[in-house]
Amino acid sequence: MTAIDLGLPELGGLAGVPTTDDPQKAKDYKSDQEVRWCPGCGDYVVLNAVQSFLPSLGLKRENIVFVSGIGCSSRFPYYMNTYGMHSIHGRAPAIATGLAVARPDLSVWVVTGDGDALSIGGNHLIHTLRRNVNLKILLFNNRIYGLTKGQYSPTSEAGKVTKSTPAGSLDHPFNPVSLALGAEASFVGRAIDSDRKGLTDVLRQAAEHRGSALVEIYQNCPIFNDGAFDVLKEADEAEKRIIPLVDGKPITFGASGEFAVVREGFGLRVAPTSEVSASDVVVHDASDEHLAFALSRLSTQDLSHTVTGVFRKASRPTYDDSARAQVEEAKAAKQADLASLLHGRDTWTVVG
Amino acid sequence: MSTDVGSGTEVRKLDRVVIRFAGDSGDGMQLTGDRFTSEAAAFGNDLATQPNFPAEIRAPQGTLPGVSSFQLHFADYDILTPGDRPDVLVAMNPAALKANIGDLPQGGILIVNTDEFSKRNLTKVGYAGNPLEDDSLAAFQVHRVAMATLTIGALEATGLGKKDAERAKNMFALGLLSWMYHRPVEGTERFLREKFARKPEIAEANVLAFRAGWNYGETTESFAVTYEVAPAKLAVGTYRQITGNTALAYGIVAAGQRSGLPVVLGTYPITPASDVLHELSKHKNFDVTTLQAEDEIAGIGAALGASYGGALGVTSTSGPGVALKSETIGLAVMTELPLVVIDVQRGGPSTGLPTKTEQADLLQAMFGRNGESPVPIVAPQSPSDCFAAALDAVRIALTYRTPVLLLSDGAIANGSEPWLIPDVEDLPDLSVTFATEPNATDGSGEFWPYLRDQETLARPWAVPGTPGLQHRIGGLEKAEDTGNISYDPVNHDRMVRLRQAKVEGVEVPDVEVDDPSGRARVLVVGWGSSYGPIGAAARRVRKDGLQVAHVHLRHLNPFPRNLGDVLSRYERVIVPEMNLGQLALLLRARYLVDAISHTKVQGLPFKAEELQNVLTDVVKGLPA
Repeated sequence: MTAIDLGLPELGGLAGVPTTDDPQKAKDYKSDQEVRWCPGCGDYVVLNAVQSFLPSLGLKRENIVFVSGIGCSSRFPYYMNTYGMHSIHGRAPAIATGLAVARPDLSVWVVTGDGDALSIGGNHLIHTLRRNVNLKILLFNNRIYGLTKGQYSPTSEAGKVTKSTPAGSLDHPFNPVSLALGAEASFVGRAIDSDRKGLTDVLRQAAEHRGSALVEIYQNCPIFNDGAFDVLKEADEAEKRIIPLVDGKPITFGASGEFAVVREGFGLRVAPTSEVSASDVVVHDASDEHLAFALSRLSTQDLSHTVTGVFRKASRPTYDDSARAQVEEAKAAKQADLASLLHGRDTWTVVG
Repeated sequence: MSTDVGSGTEVRKLDRVVIRFAGDSGDGMQLTGDRFTSEAAAFGNDLATQPNFPAEIRAPQGTLPGVSSFQLHFADYDILTPGDRPDVLVAMNPAALKANIGDLPQGGILIVNTDEFSKRNLTKVGYAGNPLEDDSLAAFQVHRVAMATLTIGALEATGLGKKDAERAKNMFALGLLSWMYHRPVEGTERFLREKFARKPEIAEANVLAFRAGWNYGETTESFAVTYEVAPAKLAVGTYRQITGNTALAYGIVAAGQRSGLPVVLGTYPITPASDVLHELSKHKNFDVTTLQAEDEIAGIGAALGASYGGALGVTSTSGPGVALKSETIGLAVMTELPLVVIDVQRGGPSTGLPTKTEQADLLQAMFGRNGESPVPIVAPQSPSDCFAAALDAVRIALTYRTPVLLLSDGAIANGSEPWLIPDVEDLPDLSVTFATEPNATDGSGEFWPYLRDQETLARPWAVPGTPGLQHRIGGLEKAEDTGNISYDPVNHDRMVRLRQAKVEGVEVPDVEVDDPSGRARVLVVGWGSSYGPIGAAARRVRKDGLQVAHVHLRHLNPFPRNLGDVLSRYERVIVPEMNLGQLALLLRARYLVDAISHTKVQGLPFKAEELQNVLTDVVKGLPA
């Protein structure tokens, strides 16, 4: 039985995490460690956005934990003045799952990259999303392996020429949002590193969501894949390509809303707003899983369109809440009598 | 020498008996053996059991690969092993006969279910003729019993279909054996009624079949002799029967209670360790959470994450799983967090022999990680000893903030024996202290996560949620004390040595030498599940008037402090192992002792008889 079954008010993502009334500033979240990313790395922007955003949650800093895997982005926890673990390649979701199950009073964040989350750690990612563990997963997607110095990643475009693929890569890339939705994720969002406002908005919604939240963040690697997302950063181009989602609002975009998203067959397409009737413009509904998937397919590898914002936000029981509930039910039903457990039902006594 | 006719029933007293039930995987031999074991336990015998079953859940019916058996040794004194060879073999079909008859000594009792000996079934396992009809079994006391026919007959009135009725024939066999050995029957009847509580007609059929077997023995006169094995004179106290995997699970539950920590088991199903998960999943009321992860790596990851959060993190697996978990064990070594890794060893390499036993993961436990990555290793010596070994592994993990490898194996995991149930108050206090205050020694008021306890070299356990102690840990090398990332060469050298010193400094009790006469010149050293056969072999050698000393190692890393001294006191050191000499290699390297390795890797425990011969040869080979 869950709050959802009972129609009770739903818990937020941060329910159970102690709060403080002491004012917090971004600098409270900066650790004393020197940040060692390359100059111009998109990770700086994301780090700053997270450090600026966290004070608004009003949580006790000691109840926030960042867990990461391996890769450039996975250095993130060292720079946060919270608890943190820089773990091993691909395994952060597994470690964070154990932590979240054991500690309902923590706000647990996973920081990962496209190689860490989608290649070596693909299995943990999909199963964590499926279970709906109350974790916030920030997937820094720069479409390249940076820390190992420039091999193609599971989100690199087919044919990509890198150090390990001089004749071009043969792999077809993942669409991380489609993957997460296919893995039954209850919350999926996307943001672009340079869009501080959009990123912060998605982070806030993710934090407030109870369950697994996957946030894909397009992030530039200035050394090995520079300019991968430049078309989304030049004002003229960005307006034609970025489709921002607002729950409950018709999906239109462009400098003056001149483009709209409409249905076509089982999917969606972009049309000039002037050529479609207002009633044909799709209204975003983050609780509609079919719409979420169709929107994920509108985002193409070549970035001709990129949907940003929250694709899906759905309520269902979280793994960690349910696991704790089973333990609490068992405790309430049966006293923890160790001697009785050890004796079991059939004993015999040897007397002297 | 078959005894098909008899007049009256003679009662013969025995000090020990070994019975092996063998049949098809679907015949319920494990259940039959288990019930006979409970009867023996209830009667007060000492006992030891050894199940042996195929990896396939249902291999093709009636074939040799499908044979499943359960061996039980019960006695009126304290025994150490499930027995080398059966005195009584119950064969439910031709495959079971063929697979097991080689182990039955001359004059042994053979009870055969004749109904399965059709031409087709005989051909299936390569019998040219029917061994029940030629003289190939002349060396044994053969009892030919049409068990299926008799069972169906006994259940006629129940209205149960023929097929369902026939399935109760294992209870017929159990009834017959219970009669032969004067076993109490109330427990089995109660058990059957409880097990099939939701299907009362099946419960009744099984009880009827059980009674029919008993009555068959009583009335047919084909059994001239019945046997009595008196209760054993064991140490005073309350006992129960327990398997190794159950004892391991109880040890973990008890450790959670004695440490005051919630237990989080992160794991993935694998033979022969899955029963640890099954058992622990039943005890959530003891604040035990079991998490069946997507793979072995996620299992240990979740356990480590829980430990980081201040719970007792445990993972359970077998050798192939340890291989997958290696990197996370290394992370636990580096982050210096408590973690218990249970490895119920099985035959390897690779998938190997999933349902058979082996002790070949010792070097994997010791060295199977990148870099200098020391972990303490604890090994239980018998099914019931798994309980104490689990508590000891947790003690080390919590005291020293380290992953600990707990090496059980298939033989003790599924084997069972009586267990003298300890008083809960006598269990060790495992309570821990979390860090709550900044600890920097430079007056900065900072928290240094790698500032060590001078005695144990353990670092503080500062769990998230503790104000003012925010810190970052991870797999990168740490600066001593502060725990910040450090690539400094001298620091790395020092940290590698500190981690090693911490594990070498783990407090473990000295070994006790079993040398009743004090005059032995030969020492046999074992570890893990070979305790029973080595101990039994040593007793036999001594019975023959020769002297041998026995040391059994619970702690493989670090070794007990007195081990070097003990080894140096003997002219010969012999090390029997179910691998190709892994402990012998460690002993030779560590103590420069010329240890003689005796090895066997057949997926089965040593027999006391073979070790008796090996030890006798060594003792007799000593210079005068």
